[in-house]
Amino acid sequence: MSNEHSPLWEVFVRARRGLSHTHVGSLHAPDAELALRNARDLYTRRQEGVSIWVVPAGSITASSPDEKDAFFDPAADKVYRHPTFYEVPDGVAHL
Amino acid sequence: MYGNDFSAPGDAPDDTPGAGLLGEVEAAEAELRAAAARQRRGGPAPDEDLAAYFTEVVDAEQKIEPRDWMPEAYRRTLIRQIAQHAHSEIIGMQPEGNWISRAPSLKRKAILLAKVQDEAGHGLYLYAAAETLGISRDELVQLLLDGRQKYSSIFNYPTLTWADVGAIGWLVDGAAIVNQVPLCRCSYGPYARAMIRVCKEESFHQRQGYEILHTLAHGTPEQQAMAQDAVDRWWYPSLAMFGPPDGDSTHSAQSMAWKIKRFSNDDLRQRFVDMCVQQAEVLGLRIPDDDLRWNEERQAYDYSQPDYDELMQVIKGNGPCNRERMAHRRAAHADGAWVREAAAAYAAKRADKREKVAA
Repeated sequence: MSNEHSPLWEVFVRARRGLSHTHVGSLHAPDAELALRNARDLYTRRQEGVSIWVVPAGSITASSPDEKDAFFDPAADKVYRHPTFYEVPDGVAHL
Repeated sequence: MYGNDFSAPGDAPDDTPGAGLLGEVEAAEAELRAAAARQRRGGPAPDEDLAAYFTEVVDAEQKIEPRDWMPEAYRRTLIRQIAQHAHSEIIGMQPEGNWISRAPSLKRKAILLAKVQDEAGHGLYLYAAAETLGISRDELVQLLLDGRQKYSSIFNYPTLTWADVGAIGWLVDGAAIVNQVPLCRCSYGPYARAMIRVCKEESFHQRQGYEILHTLAHGTPEQQAMAQDAVDRWWYPSLAMFGPPDGDSTHSAQSMAWKIKRFSNDDLRQRFVDMCVQQAEVLGLRIPDDDLRWNEERQAYDYSQPDYDELMQVIKGNGPCNRERMAHRRAAHADGAWVREAAAAYAAKRADKREKVAA
């Protein structure tokens, strides 16, 4: 299973209708079609899914954990984005 | 059920063997989600000491993830452990695969096929987890083929009768589960997640083995004798699966501090013995140990240790089937080369065509 001939794919499975696809692991396959078949055999042997996505691992761009604090900082001081930030006067319904 | 909370033999037995362990796997999975939920910090601050940050995350029972900074020795230890675990699953297909064509019924054959396929799956989950640490699949496979990395010594024993398939499921998979359930809480995220998956599936393996032995043990006198013979041969090698006694174990202390390992070899071995005694009683089979008896003071069974010299010999390559197992694996890898090449050629051809259409 050579890496250049058989690149790494990340596998996402939708467990049931109504749920989003979730990352379950990775595998090697020479092309997308075989990646799908391998994913079926590897990650859904017990009916764990109704839909599978396979994505070449090399195509994923990830944020770096080293700069995680700085990267996600802009969201930290915007508490007003959360409904709990607001004071609701007593007796107001349906808010 | 958490950590050391093992049930005592006097407690009411679980409905089926392995049920308590499966509960623990689910607890580990719940804890994984809980740990993720209580995470307060993202990454280290720009000027923070990375080693201190790593220790803080591990001590807080949080998971280390692939792109996090980690000590080089932590990375190396994990690669070695996960890879050897993966190799064990792959080599582990051989002793049982030996009986697929001779299973006593279509039902048993279908079950055994599914089980051996699971072992391949476990190997692949684990290889994928190891690869997140920055080693390639090719390298891992080559380390096994060259004999530079080991696999569990248990798979160097032969499967002489159908009852061995039962004994492997009950004892070998049982010991593996006891070893592996704590790994569901390992500090390295991808390994912990793979182990949760493995342990859930492993529970089916243990039960199918137990059922085979139960059927044989309640069959004809010849079948009973065959079941007992299998237990006699697999008992001590299964005890040896937990590794050398704590005093002689080389990797333990550091792995405990890193929360890769949670319990000592001897603790896990004791736990396995305590579980098996009642299960053997239900089977009506004898554990081949004259000194096996309940110790009221310790609230555990006293038992005879396996032959650790034999274990060392098997690890060194001198077990009954070491050479056969490696020769088979190398041949399977070489015989499969044309399939890998054909699939790669087909993928290249189709990619070529797509490019031409696009152009």
